[in-house]
Amino acid sequence: MQYIDPHIHMVSRTTDDYQRMAQAGCVAVTEPAFWAGFDRSSPQGFYDYFRQLTEFEPRRAASYGIRHFTWLCINPKEADDPAFAREVIELIPSFLDRPNVLGIGEIGLNKNTKNELIILEEQIALASKYNQLILVHTPHLEDKLKGTRLIMDAIKRNGNIDPGRVLIDHVEEHTVQEVLDRGYWAGMTLYPDSKCTPQRAADIIEMYGSERIWINSAGDWGHSDPLAVPKARLEMTRRGHNRATIEKISFENPRTFLSQCDKFRI
Amino acid sequence: MGTAMGEETFSCPMSREAVVDTYFIEHRAKLIDLAAFLDRVDRARSEKDGEDFRLTAMKRAIAVLLDNQPHRARRILDIFSDHTTELPQTAAGMKGAAGAARV
Repeated sequence: MQYIDPHIHMVSRTTDDYQRMAQAGCVAVTEPAFWAGFDRSSPQGFYDYFRQLTEFEPRRAASYGIRHFTWLCINPKEADDPAFAREVIELIPSFLDRPNVLGIGEIGLNKNTKNELIILEEQIALASKYNQLILVHTPHLEDKLKGTRLIMDAIKRNGNIDPGRVLIDHVEEHTVQEVLDRGYWAGMTLYPDSKCTPQRAADIIEMYGSERIWINSAGDWGHSDPLAVPKARLEMTRRGHNRATIEKISFENPRTFLSQCDKFRI
Repeated sequence: MGTAMGEETFSCPMSREAVVDTYFIEHRAKLIDLAAFLDRVDRARSEKDGEDFRLTAMKRAIAVLLDNQPHRARRILDIFSDHTTELPQTAAGMKGAAGAARV
């Protein structure tokens, strides 16, 4: 079975990972712009990063038969300085026409601050102005519930964003229902430990259904697993879920959401 | 409103016996890890007055495990969550997430 990993940070992964993912059935990845583990010292650092995401990484993926798409933004962890963040945001429009750019992401909140919220609102406005899909990062641990609600409220306040064109990522048991009820798509991010596991993702599918929901690895430079999606599929197979449901959350749903951007083709 | 099926609707395709057969050893180990962690806390000397807010939240969460009500994972995540409405201006000087909200 083919699968899509719709949230993975391949700039932090090795070519061995691409090979293993391809062998496991991965046909496409989408890579949101994110925090590199340290704060960049200038907007020029982001310019170079956006070039890496739109020029170099698609070629690296293609050599393993994997289509590479990306999302651009200033991530919430580096968005707490509004003046700096605005300089980065100014760079984004010139990249939006590149063939692998699907939209704005992963925008959101980190520590639920007023500064982060200001920049979130400005990036939502950017998405609205250029009619872009949005991929949202929600905070982790104790900040997730509050942050998820603040983000959904900010998108609603914009007034021009169709929730069906927004994916709210990193949902867990206490946020998934509200995200779906408000019309958004939901992403479950699978971590080896500390957050949602493949087992819990299967539980969430069993409790909340398979409509408007996907799974991803968010593999990056930290402790993470680029094969988390096939492992979750295996977990569901092991439990006796049918092939159609497994394919829906790991291939059909990502394809449906992402195909709202004409550039997404696999 | 809502698409959730209750845990009571048998939405897991495995039999209850198969769930226990498949996952018991893994979760037995996690439970013993938790017990050992609490023992370790007790054996360590405290440098501050009062119980750490994270341990207080954890003990509230442990009580949820035994209340025989559905949606334990969701309710435990709620216990660890920040339910305040105030927003700080900036993250400057703030530490990373603690895993439980200070109350």
